[in-house]
Amino acid sequence: MSPALIAALPFLGSLLPALLIRTGRSHAAISAGVISGLALLGLLLNAPAILRGEVITARFDWLPWLGLNANFMIDGLGLLFASLILGIGLLIILYARFYLSKDDPVGQFYTYLLLFQGAMVGIVLSDNILLLLIFWELTSLSSFLLIGYWKHLPEGRQGARMALTVTGLGGLSMIAGMLILGNIAGSYDISAILQSKEAIQASPYYLPALILILGGAFTKSAQFPFHFWLPHAMAAPTPVSAYLHSATMVKAGLFLMARLWPVLSGTPEWFYIVATTGLVTMLVGAKIAIFKDDLKALLAFSTVSHLGLITFLLGLGTEAGAVAAVFHIINHATFKAALFMSAGIVDHETHTRDIKRLGGLRHLMPVTFTIATVAALSMAGIPLLNGFLSKEMMLEEASHTLWAGNGWIVPALAAIAALFSATYSFRYIAHAFLGPVRDDYPHKPHDPGFGMWAAPAFLVVLVVAIGIMPMTFAGPILEAAANAVVGGGLHMHPVKLWHGFTPALWMSVFAVVGGLVVLGQHRRLEALWLATPRPEAKAVFDALVGACVRGATRFTSALHNGSMARYLLIFVLAALAAGIWAWTTGEQGPPTRAMLPITPVAAAAWVTLLVATGCVVAYHRNRLLALVLISIVGLIVSLSFVYLSAPDLALTQISVEVVTAVLMLLALNFLPKITQPETRLIKRRFDALVAVAGGLGTGLLIYALMVRDFAFPTMSEYHLANSYKLGGGTNVVNVILVDFRGYDTFGEVIVLGIAALVIFALTEALLTGASSRKLIAWRPDVARAGDKHPLMLLVATRVMMPIALMMAVFIFLRGHNLPGGGFIAGLVAAIALVMQYMASGFAWTQARQKVYYHVLIALGVLAAGITGIGALFNGLPFLTSDFGYFRIPPFEKFELATAMGFDLGVFLGVVGSVMLALGGLSRLARRAAVGDEGFHVVAEKPEAREMAGHVPREVGLAGAMLRRQRKDGSEEGI
Amino acid sequence: MITYALMFAIACFTLALLFNLYRVVHAPGVTDRLLALDTMVINTIALLVLFGIAENTAIFFEASVLFAMVGFVSTVAYAKFILRGDIIE
Repeated sequence: MSPALIAALPFLGSLLPALLIRTGRSHAAISAGVISGLALLGLLLNAPAILRGEVITARFDWLPWLGLNANFMIDGLGLLFASLILGIGLLIILYARFYLSKDDPVGQFYTYLLLFQGAMVGIVLSDNILLLLIFWELTSLSSFLLIGYWKHLPEGRQGARMALTVTGLGGLSMIAGMLILGNIAGSYDISAILQSKEAIQASPYYLPALILILGGAFTKSAQFPFHFWLPHAMAAPTPVSAYLHSATMVKAGLFLMARLWPVLSGTPEWFYIVATTGLVTMLVGAKIAIFKDDLKALLAFSTVSHLGLITFLLGLGTEAGAVAAVFHIINHATFKAALFMSAGIVDHETHTRDIKRLGGLRHLMPVTFTIATVAALSMAGIPLLNGFLSKEMMLEEASHTLWAGNGWIVPALAAIAALFSATYSFRYIAHAFLGPVRDDYPHKPHDPGFGMWAAPAFLVVLVVAIGIMPMTFAGPILEAAANAVVGGGLHMHPVKLWHGFTPALWMSVFAVVGGLVVLGQHRRLEALWLATPRPEAKAVFDALVGACVRGATRFTSALHNGSMARYLLIFVLAALAAGIWAWTTGEQGPPTRAMLPITPVAAAAWVTLLVATGCVVAYHRNRLLALVLISIVGLIVSLSFVYLSAPDLALTQISVEVVTAVLMLLALNFLPKITQPETRLIKRRFDALVAVAGGLGTGLLIYALMVRDFAFPTMSEYHLANSYKLGGGTNVVNVILVDFRGYDTFGEVIVLGIAALVIFALTEALLTGASSRKLIAWRPDVARAGDKHPLMLLVATRVMMPIALMMAVFIFLRGHNLPGGGFIAGLVAAIALVMQYMASGFAWTQARQKVYYHVLIALGVLAAGITGIGALFNGLPFLTSDFGYFRIPPFEKFELATAMGFDLGVFLGVVGSVMLALGGLSRLARRAAVGDEGFHVVAEKPEAREMAGHVPREVGLAGAMLRRQRKDGSEEGI
Repeated sequence: MITYALMFAIACFTLALLFNLYRVVHAPGVTDRLLALDTMVINTIALLVLFGIAENTAIFFEASVLFAMVGFVSTVAYAKFILRGDIIE
């Protein structure tokens, strides 16, 4: 299977569990399992070739001019990590099926899990660092969802936020480092970068790049001092902890260091930064783990410590160190995932993870005890288990490492860390499982069903198998992966159980014996630990974040105070300054174009425009009058568009004017009719000055531009020349909209739809709760007169309706060649519908509206999208339009263009959006007028109408009103 | 002859446009302003048709049809607003 497909499979399948959850939890789990299993199978089919030393690649050009290519490769390292991710993923899927309860949204869980799995596989199979960065950020995001999966727990949400903040910041630092690295190497492809070791290490930017990249790796892999997020992420459900925080995500940083090992390692900088950080992390993590009472916290800090161990090994920069690091990655993944799952089982069965409340579980949960004990002994480094082997290799490496010329400090610290590690491993067994059976467990414990312990049991079998016969079970993959880490040419010594009485063996003995001794003194040491003050990471982090938020808020509110007048002031002043600067420093040629003659009509229109605009300013406090005056401006602007040969714009402008007037009037119903002055006179004078200067400046600039020829050929010339040739239409405006700039239009239709949906959502929110009570209590501030639905208007609009719609169809159909098109047609159709709402009332019209406006918007976006995608099937880029000429005998020859499908999408989108927005606003007034009784019948959604069971559905609100009117014995109704 | 007739007609409607403007700005009440605005739309339609005749093109005619069809809707909306406050009841 292609590496790209392996990485894509979990993403493609991620929606399946969320959909299948409706048929049961097992189906969701099975679908997730099948997806992971398929990906794993595809990976393993490649394994024989990779173990022979081949590299499987798949390359796609994505954005080649950015150097961003979707290049994937599987080498030994990728194979190892991908099989860990997919294999343990499968086990976790099984385990989670039994771990999560009925009340948890299990479908969501598997969807998140698959998203995360895909992102992780993407990281380890990427052959392009920019692609890798994308997957890297995806793991941060998907792990955020997983850690915060139990949304009702504040710890879960806070832990998720902390993890996202720390790893996200690290990711940012890594992006910078990767860009530098790619810049030095001249390529963003990893295989190319790995060839340029000399260039990278000789570059003056080596150190900054190294530090920035390590920033990403260290935060992800929880290295000191960024280790604090990992224990807080333990608020996640245990399957997540077992998967993300032992086997996969935290190893992403290690993977990155291993991946770039051939080019970054081997320098003193690498050794001192990486090895030292690793050693300190190993020590600090192990020490804290000894004193943690929460089983998962203990395991979390032990994970920190083991990640430090692997980092330390990678930091040594030696081949043997790299082999040991890879081996420990395998071993740690097996025993730590098993340990997490066993802790989860204990939590699940006893309802507590507090080690102080446990003990004696050996008799009650023998299976769990066996699994946990084997895994913990492996973690402690007991022979015949796999943890022993890699720890020996680490101690062996440490025993001959010099740190600043000092030969004993590294081995000593490593041995102490191993001792601590043995201590907490023994404590996990002794304090939770050994000792007398207690009678005060929160819940009577017993072993869980097979489904729950199958996964950890399988891992424990691996622990033993690798521990006894390392070369048989792990040898080939270890060699292939380590070979990839060191960049080829590796001579690996076989991993053996017995090396003779080496210093490493003595250090191991010291660690195990010392571990037992320290555990014996645990009570006394704990008292000491509790007595010593230490920084609480969460408090420090919260204080830091709080300070950042306060600083950002202060900065934002100083700059961004919510006053439109102020933004406009700054904007206009800046534009003015730029204009003056350009005017005084640049030079302009003499005018080259003659003025057109000024006809009396043009002059009259100009005067009207000026007077109306001036009056808007003078009378703007009277809102209705201002609206009338703005209508005049709109009218004259439309007229001038026709006069200046832009009929498309004129048609659009006049339709938009109508819709705007209706929208404004709907809103004005609830607004004060008079605006009160809010600023002081001097401020208003100054604003007026700026406004006049801005207006005059713009006018002068346009005048200066229009009396001269352009210095460069304009875009419009290209459009004019090619509109018929390439787009098949003679109406250039329409061809630009649906063809040349089809992408823009597509985006705009979507944005328009979103805006309408937001208006709908906002008004929907106003219809309930406190604001709805306000609406019901609201009384109109103007006297009401006349009929609700005057008969003349009613008849006129109903007669008008088909004519107006036919006009819309006409404008739509001919849009490609003559003024018109989907946008104008959509507005005309919307106006025709609005007329019905105004004349016949909301309820009457709504009851006859069979297609919901939401659906119209969706259909519009779909129609436009499908037309665009259609081009892909012909091997052309998205949204390329095609056209041809047809003839049906009695008619003349006519043209059909695929752009028409696109235009249909625009049409539907516009109708839906305008109507949804207007309808949303008019519902506010309905709420105020109708009050509680019978209100729900006017709801937009079909379900809401159904819910209004006690009101006959057919007649809706109109019926309710009819009944009320009949009671008065007055009108007949509509 | 038609040229003079057109010139005369255009001059009349232009003048009417300015008179309408006066009425919008100076009026006893909002109703008068609205009537003036509606008349303005009608004058604009007339001007468009006259331009179309003068330039001998049909495009102006279609624009004027659209003006005629949708132009009155805002007048209706204003009228309903003044009478009822709520334009979609």
